[in-house]
Amino acid sequence: MSGGAVAPVQGERALGEALCRYVLRLADTSLVLGQRLGEWVGHGPALEEDLGLANLALDLIGQARLLLTYAGEVEGKGRDEDALAYLRDAPEFLNLQLAEQPNGDFAQTIVRQWLIDCWQLEIYADLAGSSDGRLAAIAAKAVKETRYHHRFSSGWLARLGDGTAESRARTRAALDSLWRFTAELFAADEVDERMTAAGIAAPLAPAAERWRARVATDLDAATLALPPPPQYPWHGRRGVHTEHLGHLLGEMQHLQRAYPGVRW
Amino acid sequence: MSDPGSAAAPADWPLYEVFIRSRSGLEHKHVGSLHAADARMAVEHARDVYTRRQEGVSIWVVRSADIVASDPADADALFEPARDKVYRHPTFYAIPDEVKNL
Repeated sequence: MSGGAVAPVQGERALGEALCRYVLRLADTSLVLGQRLGEWVGHGPALEEDLGLANLALDLIGQARLLLTYAGEVEGKGRDEDALAYLRDAPEFLNLQLAEQPNGDFAQTIVRQWLIDCWQLEIYADLAGSSDGRLAAIAAKAVKETRYHHRFSSGWLARLGDGTAESRARTRAALDSLWRFTAELFAADEVDERMTAAGIAAPLAPAAERWRARVATDLDAATLALPPPPQYPWHGRRGVHTEHLGHLLGEMQHLQRAYPGVRW
Repeated sequence: MSDPGSAAAPADWPLYEVFIRSRSGLEHKHVGSLHAADARMAVEHARDVYTRRQEGVSIWVVRSADIVASDPADADALFEPARDKVYRHPTFYAIPDEVKNL
């Protein structure tokens, strides 16, 4: 943040807007993934997995609440976590497209979870050292949760990938269908560059390296091959989404949309 | 999606007994059992099922099949003889209020 005597107000406003978008991207990815995992409740392959997935979902929604609250404060228009979660439309959501992909079978859920866990591990680890104290505190809490999430998802990845012929085929299919969405994980744009320049976020390139290394290690343990880098970029973080997000939001937002301000 | 209504663990997952230490310095206590494919998964399941409300700081799991238990039919021989020996209870010691968890 510029402390110069001639720091133009416009520059600070632009930084605030970029920070708000940056925080919303993190928040929305956690919120949407948490909502997706919530769909498993009551349908898990075993009681123990049902609870395990619900625990992940609650961690993610907890992260989303902290981040949305902060984004609303940075924005300064009086929107709280609920307004941001329940009263925005799909194009205003800035989550990774990977997070909104349907649960599919258990392998698809696990591969999606694992890819995002690996991503969050690097992003939160860097953010824990952010010059923005609020983000640093949220990230320090979230990275502990994410370590467990990764333990859970990478464990399942190895079991399924190195399991029966069927579990292996399903895991490969999930990897094939989801891998293309990883192109946007570390694709820096002007928001990221502004955050890096302000010392709020770390540069993405080293995090991408670490992500790739971890992903390769985990895939190796699962006896699965590392796919080639995806060809086309996706832009969930810019508000461009697959058709799946609208349906997810329709369910998640239904109550607040039908009965504005309802409480229980 | 999973088969509807099949929340039971796969039949080939063995049963594990779960022990939780609620605080440092206390012993692990048996809290229940669960199914898991192996020991690592059993610890993770125990974490997810039995420590969601901050019940513990440490988890032990052990295959139920590895537990050697006394035979209920031997209960008379094993436990009856202690019944008339109440003097074995150290009731004559005064326990200071500061001593917890004894």
